[in-house]
Amino acid sequence: MKKYVVLPYIFWSVLFIVVPLILVLVFSITIKTNGNLVLSLDNFKRFLEPVYIKVLVRSLTLALISTIICLILGYPAALILSKEVTNKRNILILLFIIPMWMNFLLRTYAWMTILGKNGLINNFLSWIGLPTMNLLYNNGAVILGMVYNFLPFMVLPIYTVLSKMDKSVIEAAKDLGANKLKVFLKIIFPLSLPGVTAGITMVFMPAVSTFVISRLLGGGQYMLIGNLIEQQFLFVGDWNFGSALSIIMMIMILISMALMSKYDRKDGGQGLW
Amino acid sequence: MKRTKLIISSFLIIVILLMFIGCKGEDKVTLNVFNWGDYIDETVISEFEKEFGINVNYETFATNEDMYVKIKQGATNYDVAFPSDYMIEKMIKEDMLKEIDLDNIDNFKHINEQFKNLAFDQENKYSIPYMWGTVGILYNTKVVKEPVKSWDILWDEKYKNQILMLDSQRDSIAVALKKLGYSMNTRDKEKLEEAKEELIKQKPLVLAYVVDEVKGMMIGEEAALAVVWSGDAITMMKENENLEYAIPKEGTNLWFDNMVIPKTSKHKKEAELFINFMTRAEISLKNTNYIGYSTTNSETVKMLSKEIQNNKVAYPDKEDIKDSEVFLDPGNFIKEYDKIWTEVKAH
Repeated sequence: MKKYVVLPYIFWSVLFIVVPLILVLVFSITIKTNGNLVLSLDNFKRFLEPVYIKVLVRSLTLALISTIICLILGYPAALILSKEVTNKRNILILLFIIPMWMNFLLRTYAWMTILGKNGLINNFLSWIGLPTMNLLYNNGAVILGMVYNFLPFMVLPIYTVLSKMDKSVIEAAKDLGANKLKVFLKIIFPLSLPGVTAGITMVFMPAVSTFVISRLLGGGQYMLIGNLIEQQFLFVGDWNFGSALSIIMMIMILISMALMSKYDRKDGGQGLW
Repeated sequence: MKRTKLIISSFLIIVILLMFIGCKGEDKVTLNVFNWGDYIDETVISEFEKEFGINVNYETFATNEDMYVKIKQGATNYDVAFPSDYMIEKMIKEDMLKEIDLDNIDNFKHINEQFKNLAFDQENKYSIPYMWGTVGILYNTKVVKEPVKSWDILWDEKYKNQILMLDSQRDSIAVALKKLGYSMNTRDKEKLEEAKEELIKQKPLVLAYVVDEVKGMMIGEEAALAVVWSGDAITMMKENENLEYAIPKEGTNLWFDNMVIPKTSKHKKEAELFINFMTRAEISLKNTNYIGYSTTNSETVKMLSKEIQNNKVAYPDKEDIKDSEVFLDPGNFIKEYDKIWTEVKAH
């Protein structure tokens, strides 16, 4: 009986997940020579050239920095949210989610007019008599864009875990004489780790693969691996190298997820998935 | 219970399958036209439908590469498409285009001789010119007080963080090559290396590498100098009167968007009717007035207002574009361009 119910899902995932993945894999391990596809690892070898490594390192660094900032900003926010009374809490969560109803591209464009040379901030600065600053088109702007766009992905999983946490454990710790700091360090934080790891993965993954934020807020000055992949598919037409890059990125993400889940299991607690 | 679930799941599968099939019907011929976004006066389409009793299914694309991929995959049988010069050459090489019977395009005689038989399609066997233009420097006269004559100005320290370059590998490398006095179609790796060095040297001065954002930024005076296409330059100059356009003396890129019939077309006769219709002087006039780009149709030019006819941005003197070139398809050599561009951007 169950068999029939899952059929559409299997059909769907084979068609839209498994087949495309296989295609990407096939493209990545072949090269086109005189119109014929030949098996080869040249695409991966090419990736080892210093230019591409540089692009990868820059992407990872930027994504890491924005993930850390998201965590530093997001954890206290989630903690505050989870401690509010239900009514207030729902409103606050709504406020967090409402910006996500708007298109992501539009929100990123909005930052361009805020940070621009004749933008809001610089207009304000010159109005109060200060010199204007170059806010747009640098690493800082790209990180800002990532943090702004991906922060909810950090806050929401942590919040979910925190609000589902068994309050009696905390009370027990308090009864046994632990102070607030100790309760947080020994009880709340370890128990919320599954939410933290989920948040980190959900921020890190889109941050490392973004190509829109770096183009709009970075002014195309800083090529990230997402831009490199886009360029291979849309402008160069080298699908083989583009696929190899995608595979490399998938492997990186898989590795980081494996590391995360290992950390996860060691500490136990309730998982988000 | 079991049966209900079976019915529901088979229904879902059918729905998914139907999504791929789409609907067909009617005997009337439907012509699939594939054009750049915002690149036609849409009233022209209904005029064509009325006059010839042919339905037009009008779709748009954003880059030549997008269009190429869609036609290559053949999901829709496009009948008329509007690729640019180098892309036409590539499509001819890959046997993706049908020959056009010039006897069926009697308005071809209106096309300016200057734009016929160009290198990418030497006898106009496969393509009929639609629009053309140049690449040049758009500058704000409030900041740039000197006359703009050469690509060198984009390397001038004075304008640090005021310069916008195109985020397009071939166009930006072409600017560097032209600055050095080389052909923009060069296949000499050493010359490309020199161009790379120039672009890396220029990078600290560049505010951003942009594509469509350039319009808002130049009109809003976020930057003072930008490499732009002539058609966009006209639009921006209308919005901000401090803007001027110059074609550098070293020569620049001449570009053409032509109409072609892909091999996948099943309605060659109707496609030719459409191309001929689009080349008709009055129709071309409507499109030219709507888009604001430069028409290749010399009859249409005569019908434009004096002001536009004398606009040197849209219709430059032959003298100004004498050293200019049309992009040729680099074939597999495009990987070298890509490598250089990645090195510039990763620097």
